[in-house]
Amino acid sequence: LFPPTSPIQDLSLPNGTPVDTSSPASSSSLLNRLQLDDDLDVETRDLFVTVDDPKKHVCTMETYITYRVTTKTTRAEFDLPEYSVRRRYQDFDWLRNKLEESQPTHLIPPLPEKFVVKGVVDRFSEEFVETRRKALDKFLKRITDHPVLSFNEHFNVFLTAKDLNAYKKQGMALLSKMGESVKYVTGGYKLRSRPLEFAAIGDYLDTFSLKLGTIDRIAQRIIKEQLEYLVELREYGPVYSTWGGLEVELSEPLEGVSACIGNCCTALEELSEDMTEDFLPVLREYILYAESMKNVLKKRDQVQAEYEAKLEAVALKREDRPKVPTDVEKCQDRVECFNADLKADMERWQNNKRQDFRQLLMGMADKNIQYYEKVCIT
Amino acid sequence: MEDCLAKKMEITVSEAEKRTGRNAMNIQETYTAYLIETRAVESQSEGQCAPVDSLWRRYSEFELLRNYLSVTYPHIVVPPLPEKRADFVWHKLSADNMDPDFVERRRIGLENFLLRVASHPVLCQDKIFYAFLTQEAGWKEMVNETGFQLKADSRLKALNATFRVKNPDKRFTELKHYSDELQSVISHLLRVRARVADRLYGVYKVHGNYGRVFSEWSAIEKEMGDGLQSAGHHMDVYAASIDDILEEEEHYADQLKEYLFYAEALRAVCRKHELMQYDLEMAAQDLTSKKQQCEELATGTVRTFSLKGMTSKLFGQETPEQREAKIKVLEEQIQEGEEQLKSKNLEGRDFVKSAWADIERFKEQKNHDLKEALISYAVMQISMCKKGIQVWTNAKECFSKM
Repeated sequence: LFPPTSPIQDLSLPNGTPVDTSSPASSSSLLNRLQLDDDLDVETRDLFVTVDDPKKHVCTMETYITYRVTTKTTRAEFDLPEYSVRRRYQDFDWLRNKLEESQPTHLIPPLPEKFVVKGVVDRFSEEFVETRRKALDKFLKRITDHPVLSFNEHFNVFLTAKDLNAYKKQGMALLSKMGESVKYVTGGYKLRSRPLEFAAIGDYLDTFSLKLGTIDRIAQRIIKEQLEYLVELREYGPVYSTWGGLEVELSEPLEGVSACIGNCCTALEELSEDMTEDFLPVLREYILYAESMKNVLKKRDQVQAEYEAKLEAVALKREDRPKVPTDVEKCQDRVECFNADLKADMERWQNNKRQDFRQLLMGMADKNIQYYEKVCIT
Repeated sequence: MEDCLAKKMEITVSEAEKRTGRNAMNIQETYTAYLIETRAVESQSEGQCAPVDSLWRRYSEFELLRNYLSVTYPHIVVPPLPEKRADFVWHKLSADNMDPDFVERRRIGLENFLLRVASHPVLCQDKIFYAFLTQEAGWKEMVNETGFQLKADSRLKALNATFRVKNPDKRFTELKHYSDELQSVISHLLRVRARVADRLYGVYKVHGNYGRVFSEWSAIEKEMGDGLQSAGHHMDVYAASIDDILEEEEHYADQLKEYLFYAEALRAVCRKHELMQYDLEMAAQDLTSKKQQCEELATGTVRTFSLKGMTSKLFGQETPEQREAKIKVLEEQIQEGEEQLKSKNLEGRDFVKSAWADIERFKEQKNHDLKEALISYAVMQISMCKKGIQVWTNAKECFSKM
């Protein structure tokens, strides 16, 4: 529908890191396109990705799970209209790292946690695998929806390559070079003054993470209390039954109450399960998001610091080196643009996500309650 | 159907007051007094408002009344008093007798007790009961003058003492068994209910924390701020709602408690019957042995071993005059015994008849009351759920506006 934003100029920072940049002029037009993006209907989308069908693989060295990644697309960047490959968590992790390296100014969606404490959580349990699958699916969908990230070369390979490992090895050679440059960028520049805007974002993210953390703890506490309540309820119901056995006329209503309580137990159990599976992971995901956003901010700070230092150097040397500052400034512009937009994006997503899982929570409370109503004796 | 006192007279226990005074051992103590108000119903229907009579009574006087009724009407399932000490409490409820909530619930329980007695076809006609309601001074003396304490069988106080009855009445045995089971199941129920209430309280209250954190969070948000703030408010409402809910549930618990204690009253009737039966059998046994003794003395044959027999063998036979005297005494005793046995049998049959009538009445009352209690409990639960739906629906709306 609109021409893909492939790199117009392959500008690179003095350190050699390839950066996906374009002139400031096109930044604003990009912004416009981004706005369009938000109103995108399903019909105008040209890339669909799904993660499903987890399978366990048992090898001599290790046991692991792979997921099927299905792609459907009409984009020119893809040779075929459909792809179906199998990927494991490692591959997703690799993809994310690649994206961070190649698009350092962009906000890369978070992955579910890499390491799971063995013994506390069963890595192969149905619930865990399903939770992870959902998170991975969301991860890819977010990249798909991103106007720049979705055109990333590595992403393309991830979706299409039969043998991802071969491609990974190829990239290793470049990695060492990149590793140096990454260090260069983040090396020792002191920031003079952070623009208020970004300071505010930083503060916001700090408080945001804090509050989400608190909510996570509260939700966990509620689930714990609910489970303890459930334990007592489980003892409560049968006592009515026992009593019913003693009585003649009253046995029916007593049995009724007992059955009622039994149903409440089931409904409550479902509620707690749903909370654990759907609500908590989303919270954690946003906390991770906030973390990675903060990292992007740091990078931005570094870039600005570098710019300022160079500026100083220029002033001192009395050299006219407009190109470097321009590059850096462009970089900064880009960061600002995308940061702002992504933040807006995130808000909207948060909005919807919150709606989604609050609705879920309430739907569950509803279910719980409807059970009560349905089964209570009158 | 005789007209019960309850129909002729309005009875309420309307107030409770803390008092200090000196007790029987002249020690200063604090206690609660309850105001009993009575008003004749008939004159009201004539359009006139009858005057209200009132007097104050304390719990121990209620106890005295009940003891009197239990002893005087052993075949009746006497309504129980509300508990002496707070039992089956969950953590928020106080176990303190002076706690205003406890006093309030006790007030209701005492009123209920009086109404139960006043609606009982037999008990409502009792003069002492009437005096309890209407005559403040000198009531205690009146009760003691009836000498009921002498009638009270101290053997009954030994709750676990077993009387080996040879021919127990099956119906009473079953009933006693039932009352034991009922007591056990209701107390189990009340205990678990208290724990359930405790846990439910915890769940609701933690949701209050959501209120706080949403409020804090809304401070840093722009578009989401209002939605979060109002949703947080609803969480606070949710957390607060549990207090009223559980207070209502206490009422249900009190209804169950009444029948827990009623079960004890039922058991008491069975025990009295058991004792009666035992006395009857003992009397019959005694009579039989006396008759046997008489026969032995008359015929000179010793059929059963007796110390007397042995001693007489050892120390020589009795004189015929002595034997005659003994026989005469025994014959008198046998005569007496037979009369006693006859009256005891009669007493027994009367007891069984009237006891069983009251037990049937009680059964019907129990089934009716408990059914209503269960229904109102269900209604309570439904209302609690409806409130929950309301709160969460409101919260949902707030979220949707974020």
